Amino acid sequence: MSMPRHFVFTVGDDGKTLRVEREFNASRDLVWAAWTTAELLDQWWAPKPYRSITKSMDFRVGGTWLYYMQGPEGDIHWCLNNYTRIEVESEFESLDAFCNEEGVINDKFPRAMWHATFNDEGENTMVTIVTTYDSKEDLETVLKMGMKEGFTAALENLDELLLSMISA
Amino acid sequence: MRRDPFQAIADPTRRAILVLLVAQSMTPNALAEHFDTTRQAISKHLRILTECELVRPLPQGREIHYSLQVKNMKQIDRWLEQFRRLWEQRFAQLDDVLNTIRRKKS
Repeated sequence: MSMPRHFVFTVGDDGKTLRVEREFNASRDLVWAAWTTAELLDQWWAPKPYRSITKSMDFRVGGTWLYYMQGPEGDIHWCLNNYTRIEVESEFESLDAFCNEEGVINDKFPRAMWHATFNDEGENTMVTIVTTYDSKEDLETVLKMGMKEGFTAALENLDELLLSMISA
Repeated sequence: MRRDPFQAIADPTRRAILVLLVAQSMTPNALAEHFDTTRQAISKHLRILTECELVRPLPQGREIHYSLQVKNMKQIDRWLEQFRRLWEQRFAQLDDVLNTIRRKKS
C-alpha cells in the first residue's frame, strides 16, 4: 500500500528558486481541492504541532487567503496569499507575505511568487511548486527562518511519524 | 568581503568544484583539468568560494591547495534539510487528508 512517493526538493541554479515535486495518491480534482479550499488547507498546511486557521479565503484571481499559523506556545504568525493566476485543476500562481491580522503586509520579510501545477500521473497526481524569491539573500533568509521559527522541535518527531506511516 | 553561501552554490561549476574537493584538497591547475574552461575562470570561482568561506586556500610550497570548509557546507545543508522536512511533514498531513476524503467518498 505505502509505496515510496516521488519527492523532489531542490534549489534552482539561480539560487533564488525552490522547486518541490510530490506525487499524491489521489485524483487531480481531489488534490486541487485540498490546495484551494480553506477547510481542507486548514487540515494540513501547517506542519504539526503548528495549526493553520483561515480567517478569509477568496480563491479567484485578485482574491486573497488570509490565515494564521499558531504554534504550541500560542505564538501566532499571520500570512497572506494573493492569487494572481488560476487555471482550474491545472495550475495557480500566488504571491505570499507575512502580515498582521488585518492582512496588512509586513515588508520586512521576503515575499515569494508561488507557481503550483497539477498533473495526472496515472491514477495519482503530481504537484510541482516553484517558489521564486527576489534574490538569493531572500531565499537564504527564509531557509534560516524555517529553522529559527521553532519548527525544529516539531520536526524531531517526524522520523517517528514517517516510520509509523511506512510500517502501517 | 563576506558573500552569502547560496551565491556560491548557485553556479553549476562551483558546485562541481565543491564535489571534487570532497575527496581531497586540490590546486587550481588540478581542478581546471576537470573542466572545459580556463584556469583563470577556475581561479575566479575559487575566489568566490573562498569569500563565502566554503573553501580555504592552504599554501604548500609554491602551490596553493584548496580544501573544503566542511563546517560551513554543513550549515547550508542543515538549513535545506530543515526546510525539506517541513515540506515532508506538510505533505504527510495532506496524504492523510486525501485518504480521509477518499474513504468518505467510497
